[in-house]
Amino acid sequence: MKILKPLLTILLTGMLLSPLYAEKNSVVIGMQLEPPNLDPTGGAAAAIDEVVYSNVYEGLTRFRADGSVTPGLAKSWTVSEDGLVYTFKLQENVKFHNGNDFDASDVKFSIDRARDENSTNAQKGLFKSISSVDVVNSSVVKITLSNPNGGFIRNLAWGDAIILDPETVDSAASEPNGTGPFKFSKWIKGDRVELVKNNDYWGEAIYLEKASFKFISDPTAAFAALMAGDVDAFPVYPAPETLAQFEADPNFNVIVGSTEGETILSTNNKSEKLKDVRIRKAIAHAINRQAIVDGAMFGFGTPIGTHFAPHHPDYVDLTSQSNYDPEKSKALLSEAGASAGLTLSLKLPPPSYARRGGEIIASQLREVGIETKIENLEWAQWLEQVFKGKDYDLTIVSHTEPMDIGIYGNPNYYFQYDSQEFRNLMDALNLETNNQERSKILQNAQKLIADDYVNGYLFQLAKTGVANSKLIGLWENSPTQANDLTGVSWSN
Amino acid sequence: MIEIIPGDPASFMLGINAEPDTVHALKKELGLDVSKFERYYNWITGMFIGDFGVSYTYRVPVSELVMARIGVSVPLALYAIFLSTLIAIPIGIFSASNHGSFKDWSFMGFTQLGIAIPNFWFAMVLVLIFSIYLKWFSAGGIPGWDKGFLINLKALTLPAFALALPQASILARIMRSALIETLSQDYFRTARASGLTFFQAVEKHAFRNALIPVLTIIGLQFSFLIAGAIIIENVFFLPGIGRLIFQGIIQRDLIVVESVVMLLVFSVIIVNFLVDMAYLYVDPRLRVKK
Repeated sequence: MKILKPLLTILLTGMLLSPLYAEKNSVVIGMQLEPPNLDPTGGAAAAIDEVVYSNVYEGLTRFRADGSVTPGLAKSWTVSEDGLVYTFKLQENVKFHNGNDFDASDVKFSIDRARDENSTNAQKGLFKSISSVDVVNSSVVKITLSNPNGGFIRNLAWGDAIILDPETVDSAASEPNGTGPFKFSKWIKGDRVELVKNNDYWGEAIYLEKASFKFISDPTAAFAALMAGDVDAFPVYPAPETLAQFEADPNFNVIVGSTEGETILSTNNKSEKLKDVRIRKAIAHAINRQAIVDGAMFGFGTPIGTHFAPHHPDYVDLTSQSNYDPEKSKALLSEAGASAGLTLSLKLPPPSYARRGGEIIASQLREVGIETKIENLEWAQWLEQVFKGKDYDLTIVSHTEPMDIGIYGNPNYYFQYDSQEFRNLMDALNLETNNQERSKILQNAQKLIADDYVNGYLFQLAKTGVANSKLIGLWENSPTQANDLTGVSWSN
Repeated sequence: MIEIIPGDPASFMLGINAEPDTVHALKKELGLDVSKFERYYNWITGMFIGDFGVSYTYRVPVSELVMARIGVSVPLALYAIFLSTLIAIPIGIFSASNHGSFKDWSFMGFTQLGIAIPNFWFAMVLVLIFSIYLKWFSAGGIPGWDKGFLINLKALTLPAFALALPQASILARIMRSALIETLSQDYFRTARASGLTFFQAVEKHAFRNALIPVLTIIGLQFSFLIAGAIIIENVFFLPGIGRLIFQGIIQRDLIVVESVVMLLVFSVIIVNFLVDMAYLYVDPRLRVKK
């Protein structure tokens, strides 16, 4: 017992004196979900791209914060008259982090691997139109398409299309080796990933020497970590209820931007109860979108009337077509012979937009006489029952992939919308390379799915982040799910 | 059994834009295309040679994942046990020696409160005071043992306190009642009569005799702290065993879940064995062969 007292005194003073975190050219970014691995070509988890996209890995082209696509590892490119042959001129003197040289053969390898029959790429559809990839010389690659694809350059900017070193591809999941401005340093599973500056980077030098991504799943803990200064920024902040407090605090900036996430009340179009368009229309008019944005998202989010991002130049505002009108909704229900009462299953995945939004929608539907049976599911169950098994009437999901209206062309997709007219539009879109014509087709597609009331279109997910007010250069919007740190620095 | 619950890791990883043949390709790569019995057989036979298999989602050996987590969970549990013992034993002795007095009742009132307060709430209060307001400690996380001992110990202090409070409260009550029991024994009266002061008598004669139930409880608490700290691990975002299981279940990384559960079973057995050994140490009478 006698030795205990001095021992404790030493320990306590030692602990109090040891510094908290005091490095100035480093940044700690908070994220709610930990990536399962660090290979963006082998999984769909947004968290993978949120760590490595344009920090560690680069593709031929890349997204910028405003959603535009600019050259990446491809310096420039030309497209043949018929829109089928893309010739890419590559950046020279580029090295992978392990010292290997980057050249045209790496591009051929990476793209062929992604579109291979045994590929485990989650967005294999991006590469569908490619018929061959050829190395012209070490710095020129020619990609031939089987049919023109106006969105091809954009497809190559996705995280799923990054270029890997063929030699290290087997360890890509745990030790990424890319060409980006940051090198992978270490990953303490369950806690954080650390990146360090790549001094041999081919492009513009970056400011930060070190970047860490810290995984904090609990919203309250995320709040505490920001307040205590353990993390410098939480770009996708999970506790919107505390945003007002951060807004009032001069030490923090609240960053509100847009995402590509269309949050929809997905509807099983083949369900006996819902295959009548009048019923789906009745549901659309029963929903008060602004009330959901206010109630479930603390006011962050933009109501939508179709499956398209409002900040996109081709967006058509169709919200008035499914405006909140309970009387009209009741009339439609009785017209469809369902005024006697309808009971629908509403299966909700874990995100708070679904759980909180689901309760509000259930009460709004009850107003017009539709009863819902809410069932909360984990993601794995949701994928099994709803997505794969199509055993549901209604569910709420945010579709976060950019420009994903094409999913409506697949009759086997989980909402089972089967429309030849829509498929014709998508085929026409893929063949069209004229931008004006493409806009027109995209607008018609938006109108068509709004007319058919395929789903209840709710709101565009906002990106609400919190950052230390001295940290500058973080992405405001999220054209793809990424935390691009190349432009981030500390102001004084 | 766990392998049969619905949901599969491959579709979880590939998300909602993936094409069906991609999911098949990934299943094949992960070895999920063989029958459930075959997988179970492979896992069981692998375990006997220390091979727990490879995590479906992280794609690294399960043993590697578990070892890293043990480096957080075991020190945290030991630290919490240390703190709870440090708090509980003096309180127990003090209360027992003032048995029935106002001091005894007020201390027992506090321990009742300690048991009643949910530890995650207590943890949040600690974070609020010591991290956000005073900024003495960071709000969570752990720097890693390669960064030095003290800095990690410091990082574990708040979580260990949060875990120790209810444990200390239980332990103090056990200590008190065990000691009250021994204080009424004849040998204690004899010890006092032979001229020892009250505390000398407690130290020399009563304390050891009261330790047996206390040790039992400490053993049980240790097993609980290894696996049951999941809520505290969440509040302080610590990468411990509890969160590994939790993530494993969510991502359907069932090979991790099964392996960790097996390891926990072993650790409970080992801790119980150590507690039995400790009985022999504190009570020489148990060493006699029957």
